[in-house]
Amino acid sequence: MKKPDSLQGTLDLLVLKILSRRPKTHGYGIMAAVKDCSDELLRIEEGSLYPALYRMEEAGWIRAEWIQKETGRRARIYELTAAGKKQLGIEESRWLSASAAINQVLRTV
Amino acid sequence: MSLWSRVANVFRGERLSREIAEEMESHIAEAVEQGRDPVEARLAVGRNDQQRRQKESSYEIRTLGWLALLRADILFGYRQLKRNKVVSAVAILSLALAMGACIGAFRLIDALLWRPLPVAHAERLYAISREAFTLEGKPIRSDMWAYPSFSLMRDAVKDQAQLIAVSAVSRTDLTYGSDQDMEKANIQYVSGSMFQAFDLQPALGRLLAENDDRTPGSAPYAVLSNDYWTQRFGQDPHIVGRTLRIGKELYQITGVVNGPFTGTEPGTMIDIFLPVMMHPAVTHSDASWARTLVLVKPDTALEPLREKLRAISRVFEQQRAQGFTGPTRLFFQKIIDAKLLIEPVGAGISTLQEEYRKALGILSILVAMVLVIACANVANLKMAQSATRSREMALRVAIGAGRGRLVHMLLVENAMLALLAAGLGALFAWRAAPLVVTMIQSSDTPVRLLLYADWRVLGFAAGLVFFVLVLFGVIPALRTSAVKPVSALKGGDDDPHSRRRLMHGMIAAQVAFCFLVIFMSGLFVRTFESLSNKPLGFSPENLLLLDVVTQQGRPPVVWDEIADKLRNVPGVERVAIAGWPLLSGGAWNNFVSVGGGPPSALSTYLLAISPGWSETMKIPLLDGRDLRSGDTTPGEAMVNQAFVKTFFDGKNPIGKTFQERENHYQVVGVVADAPYSNLRDAIVPVAYIPFHEVNAQGVAQPETEETFLVRTSGSHPLALASVLRKAIPQARAGFRVSNLRTQEELVRAQTIRERLLAMLAAFFSFVALLLAAIGLYGVLSYSLQQREREFGIRIAVGAGIGDIAWQATSRILLMVTLGAVIGAGLGIASVRYVETLLCGVKGSDPVMLIGPALVLLAISLLLALPVIVRASRIDPKLMLRAE
Repeated sequence: MKKPDSLQGTLDLLVLKILSRRPKTHGYGIMAAVKDCSDELLRIEEGSLYPALYRMEEAGWIRAEWIQKETGRRARIYELTAAGKKQLGIEESRWLSASAAINQVLRTV
Repeated sequence: MSLWSRVANVFRGERLSREIAEEMESHIAEAVEQGRDPVEARLAVGRNDQQRRQKESSYEIRTLGWLALLRADILFGYRQLKRNKVVSAVAILSLALAMGACIGAFRLIDALLWRPLPVAHAERLYAISREAFTLEGKPIRSDMWAYPSFSLMRDAVKDQAQLIAVSAVSRTDLTYGSDQDMEKANIQYVSGSMFQAFDLQPALGRLLAENDDRTPGSAPYAVLSNDYWTQRFGQDPHIVGRTLRIGKELYQITGVVNGPFTGTEPGTMIDIFLPVMMHPAVTHSDASWARTLVLVKPDTALEPLREKLRAISRVFEQQRAQGFTGPTRLFFQKIIDAKLLIEPVGAGISTLQEEYRKALGILSILVAMVLVIACANVANLKMAQSATRSREMALRVAIGAGRGRLVHMLLVENAMLALLAAGLGALFAWRAAPLVVTMIQSSDTPVRLLLYADWRVLGFAAGLVFFVLVLFGVIPALRTSAVKPVSALKGGDDDPHSRRRLMHGMIAAQVAFCFLVIFMSGLFVRTFESLSNKPLGFSPENLLLLDVVTQQGRPPVVWDEIADKLRNVPGVERVAIAGWPLLSGGAWNNFVSVGGGPPSALSTYLLAISPGWSETMKIPLLDGRDLRSGDTTPGEAMVNQAFVKTFFDGKNPIGKTFQERENHYQVVGVVADAPYSNLRDAIVPVAYIPFHEVNAQGVAQPETEETFLVRTSGSHPLALASVLRKAIPQARAGFRVSNLRTQEELVRAQTIRERLLAMLAAFFSFVALLLAAIGLYGVLSYSLQQREREFGIRIAVGAGIGDIAWQATSRILLMVTLGAVIGAGLGIASVRYVETLLCGVKGSDPVMLIGPALVLLAISLLLALPVIVRASRIDPKLMLRAE
């Protein structure tokens, strides 16, 4: 069920970060946000996004609820939990140290 | 998402899928709103394979995968069980019966033999006993000690262990008021230090203490068990300080034990604990009445402790033996040389345990064999089923199911079967175990055994389910799942031979165990028969026995007067008086010397009786005369045939004399042999002496208790019970009936254990036979079904009915024979373990082996008949067209 995936960490980081800035966003909103903020450089596939969302929901980092939209359609929106905020901190520092390390390698070699 | 919500999601599968789909829809709608091309958006989400993968992994994350599978398996298994209703019912019922019997047996054995006493440090509790050899070389064991010997040992080993004396339990008359309100209760004399050693706390008042163990006769205190306090007094808080009287002794109730402790004797619950110092024989060196419990201190080696105890006990007996000569001296030497044994008794120690330990062991082996038979049965049923399911399995394999998955699925199905059976079986055990306890009751010794239904029993049941599952579930599951899709889907069975071999092996095993069960039960039934048909030598019918007591002893003439008054009661034919009834367990034996010679090596049993006793008992007078009024002890005596044979070489003894202690008797009559204290032993020499006892000055001695034997004319002696109960105190004030029984009851009580074993063993052999028959029939018809095509061809090419019948049944009948031979071998090998429980039947008797063999042969032929008929009716045309 859980495959270690180097990109998965980044995906989690992106989703958590977006939800911390824009709570109560639905799946499409998260996808759009990633695309917009990265100037369309990064793109999340639906096939990765939703399993990731459910996984993080299961881990207790985010919680979901159904809301009724003006159009009459129901949408499932997500927001961070306390554990999620902590996790975001961990992921962020991990990313910073990893990218710093990679940068250093790139510079010194 | 919590674990719980994932578990819940398993059971909301439909809704969950809907929710995921809805979220996808809303995603697409959102995309379209944002100006994406609807087709492109749907493609992004809905690319066929991708969506499926996505949904499945989404689904898996929101549920516990394995739990969902389990749920599916359970539903499927339930449907499978429902589809084959008959097979499932047979499987569940046969397993339930066998498992129920196992659980019931466990409850009994646990309650009587295994469950630790509710005391502190039960694991360090031991008891000591002596093992010696009689003059005839028979080993005898005794765990009773004289109190002076006990106190020597207690003081000597007090650094290594704490010794506790407890008397045998006696059901005694006592009163909380006047003599008219006499009642019975179980009393036990115990060391006061026991309560502290066992860390027992009072619910009320104080318990006995070490201080109560100091001076004989100085501690007239009584402690009640919680159970008795509740049952008898409704937990009366003012009980402390009340008095009770036993005989002439007044006791003050000082407290009530807290908790479930009712003594150290499983099977008997103590109502009242009295201090050992109040025991009438506490100072006697020649009365062994105290069981010695040893609470060993932590980290004490047992062997040095045992040696020390033995040395002290030996010195004690040596001192006691001084001054004895002849056979008595020899007898003492045996006691002195006795081995001292120390054994753990964390589960308590009682005569009921000793009496039933082996019987229960045998019973548990019988039920275990029935369980194995039932498991083999169900395994065979499942295996036959697996043949019909091989196509289904092949299909599953073909579309990608792994073998592990199939085994999982089949095991779940089998586990459901086992659990259902265990549930039914537990119900059965719940009713059956108390029934067995009531079966071992006799009027004299009420057996009270606390039967529990707690985690121990539950744990056993769970273990049983697992064991049963391994036994009947795993092999068929592996077998069924090991299909080769190609051959199975083509219509042929994959390797039918190996499956058939397995089934045949199980038939052989089933028959072997079945044979053993029938063989054993045959032995027990014969034992019971031979004991109950044993010639008694007297007539127990219409004989009422009244144990009568009087506070102050009265001379024998007063007792005679009462007997005269009873003779006038309508419906009474004859009345006689005796010290105790035959077969009541009461006994008095000693060495006698004949014709002024030295004391005999063989001891003689004595019984004090009144004139007319032998007539009332209907024991024929063979020579000389009956006792008559005016005969006294010492003075005249009647003896039985065994006495004549032992001491007078079978010659006419009339007029000869013998001596017991300082008393001289002249033989005036000879009566026929009758069993004295139990039915199992050989007839012992008995001297019947007058209950009119006089001292050296010729003064009649007072008696406090005797038994009146009343022969009634009606066929229901108990109809006179209440009349006689009233007649005694009316005949003479101060006399009272303390116990009323019939002689038939006593005779029946002699065979309680044998009756129990015979009944249960017969029941289990019936069950075993039934199960084996079901299994046998199942395999016979299965193998016919498998070979119908072959038989069709054989018939088509001209095989006769005899040939077909032989083909259809020979292999299985061979297995039955093989099983029977193995069973007989097992029977012969195991018979020596049950020999001590047998009486009047030899385990090596070939008749006992032929019986079960014939039964099994008859059953298998009977079962083969319908199969042969079916085989002979196979229409080759139909059969061959069908394929």
